[in-house]
Amino acid sequence: MSLHQFLARRLLLMIPLLIGISLVAFIISNAIPADPTAANLGERAAADPEIVATFREKWGLDEPLHVQYLTYLSNLLKGDMGTSIRSRRPVSEELGRFLPATIELATFGILVSLVVGVIFGIISAVWRNRLIDFIVRILSLIGVSAPVFWLALLGLILLYLRWDVVPGPGRLDARIRPPPNVTGLYTVDSLLTGDWRTFRNALEHLILPSLVLGAYSAGLITRITRSSMLEVLSMEYMTTARSKGLREWTVITRHGLRNALMPVVTIIGLSYGNLLSGAVLTETIFAWEGIGRYAYNAARTLDFPVLMGVSMLIAIIFVLMNLIVDVLYYWLDPRLRQA
Amino acid sequence: MRLSTSRWRVIRNRARQNPLMVAGLGVCLAWVLISLGADRLAPADPMHQSVMERLQAPSAQHLFGTDQLGRDVLSRVLHGGRTSLPAGLLVITSATLVGTIFGALAGYVGGLWDELLMRFTEIFMAFPIIILAMAIAAALGPSVNNAVIAMIIVWWPNYARVVRSLVISVKSNEYVTSARAIGASPARILFLTVLPNCLAPAVVMATLDIGNAILIFAGLSFLGLGPEPSSPEWGRMVSDGIDHYDQWWLSTFPGIAIFTVVMALNFVGDGLRDLADPRTRKAVR
Repeated sequence: MSLHQFLARRLLLMIPLLIGISLVAFIISNAIPADPTAANLGERAAADPEIVATFREKWGLDEPLHVQYLTYLSNLLKGDMGTSIRSRRPVSEELGRFLPATIELATFGILVSLVVGVIFGIISAVWRNRLIDFIVRILSLIGVSAPVFWLALLGLILLYLRWDVVPGPGRLDARIRPPPNVTGLYTVDSLLTGDWRTFRNALEHLILPSLVLGAYSAGLITRITRSSMLEVLSMEYMTTARSKGLREWTVITRHGLRNALMPVVTIIGLSYGNLLSGAVLTETIFAWEGIGRYAYNAARTLDFPVLMGVSMLIAIIFVLMNLIVDVLYYWLDPRLRQA
Repeated sequence: MRLSTSRWRVIRNRARQNPLMVAGLGVCLAWVLISLGADRLAPADPMHQSVMERLQAPSAQHLFGTDQLGRDVLSRVLHGGRTSLPAGLLVITSATLVGTIFGALAGYVGGLWDELLMRFTEIFMAFPIIILAMAIAAALGPSVNNAVIAMIIVWWPNYARVVRSLVISVKSNEYVTSARAIGASPARILFLTVLPNCLAPAVVMATLDIGNAILIFAGLSFLGLGPEPSSPEWGRMVSDGIDHYDQWWLSTFPGIAIFTVVMALNFVGDGLRDLADPRTRKAVR
């Protein structure tokens, strides 16, 4: 199968999935709440008959359920996810404003977890059952067991308030102005404008949140790399590589790691979804103006359309991320190309 | 008698091989006992407010300090397990039960049902658990019950997928063909022959997941979508620390409680997985 065929197949399979996602979102926003009007408009607006009438007409609430769903879908295709109860602004517009901050954080989080996880996983597998293996395994278990919101608070209390080695909450120091908006990612935008001071500051502000956010995935990736590496290490081709007289390091990285990384690639897609969920909690604590914090504020004020918008957006990102992973997998594994 | 002694020896040997699992079991048991006996163990009433004693640092009188309403943090931490532990357990047992029923039917019947179930679960799995649970909990209204219901709705598809694939691999075994040959009904074959052979991996997965469920539940209640604000629940208590960075004890102690429970459950889950996996078990006799 060529890459084009593979991509076309995967893209076609995404259509029913996306329809399904919209259906679930529709059911949650229209079927579960006892009164969808109140849930979507908030108590105050729901008391105003004029607003209620406009809302009911726009979302076709007097029509049968399947017509309501089609209205919902057509509004969605126009990019209309409803209006935030709290800010009275379109949800899709606000999502666009907050998304870059989350993407920046989640990307750094996944980078941290990949680097830490893969290195720890190799160390743990190569020195299996030694003290270092034991320590790494405990560390990885801490990563998957500690609540992310707790790690974030502890990190701030210790590293910021007590030892002052990282900056406080927020994406930049208060005295530094955000770079001109190009991508919305402060690190990228400051680099594009050659503003090194802002770049450095944005990077420093990313350290603690991305470490906290990446902790769970780092633990998971360590565990997966370890077990996959252990399996690879016992393969005959490893013995062959050694018997050819290759240096141990070359055997492990060139022959072992390349094969052991396949399951890790699969987990990246899943981890990114985890990171985006973790972002809700991390962003709340680090006053990070991303969609996670946006969702948190929505949850606190029961701003229902916002919560649904965030859920949909993250589900779509998750599906796209898995598509990228599949393509990566196809590219990495020659067997798939021949199949 | 002889058999039971040798079985004990096997269990003892396995326990010796896996001290972390034994330690994990010990910690879990300890938390269950603490939660059951919290009323007697706690030095104070977890709900008792005392404005004069608010935000006091840990001392001999209040070992874990007091919170913003002057309530004893130690007493609240000891009571916290009463919400989080049953919630995690309830979510996973219900999700396992629902997932097993749907997964087993899909795997056993196959065809269109199987295809439909798989597509259906894929949709649910695209939504990150905590965010979908947040949306559902917000739609239903914030409460412990609704948080649990939201989590079950989001969680069962995982089990449906796992049980389905287990059923598909088990149903091709010869003993299933034999059961069919002697005229056993499909329901009998599924529930008495196939399912019991799928249980071990599902149980291991469930054990590993209870910790996860406790984490997510704590996350939801941290966000204010679980129990009511005043109730002693670990996630909720950690959130008290957001507005009081200087009072480190507010978030540290309930966080340690969540962390120890989840870590212990992970130890147990890992141990069970090793025991269930013949590749790691063969060294133990």
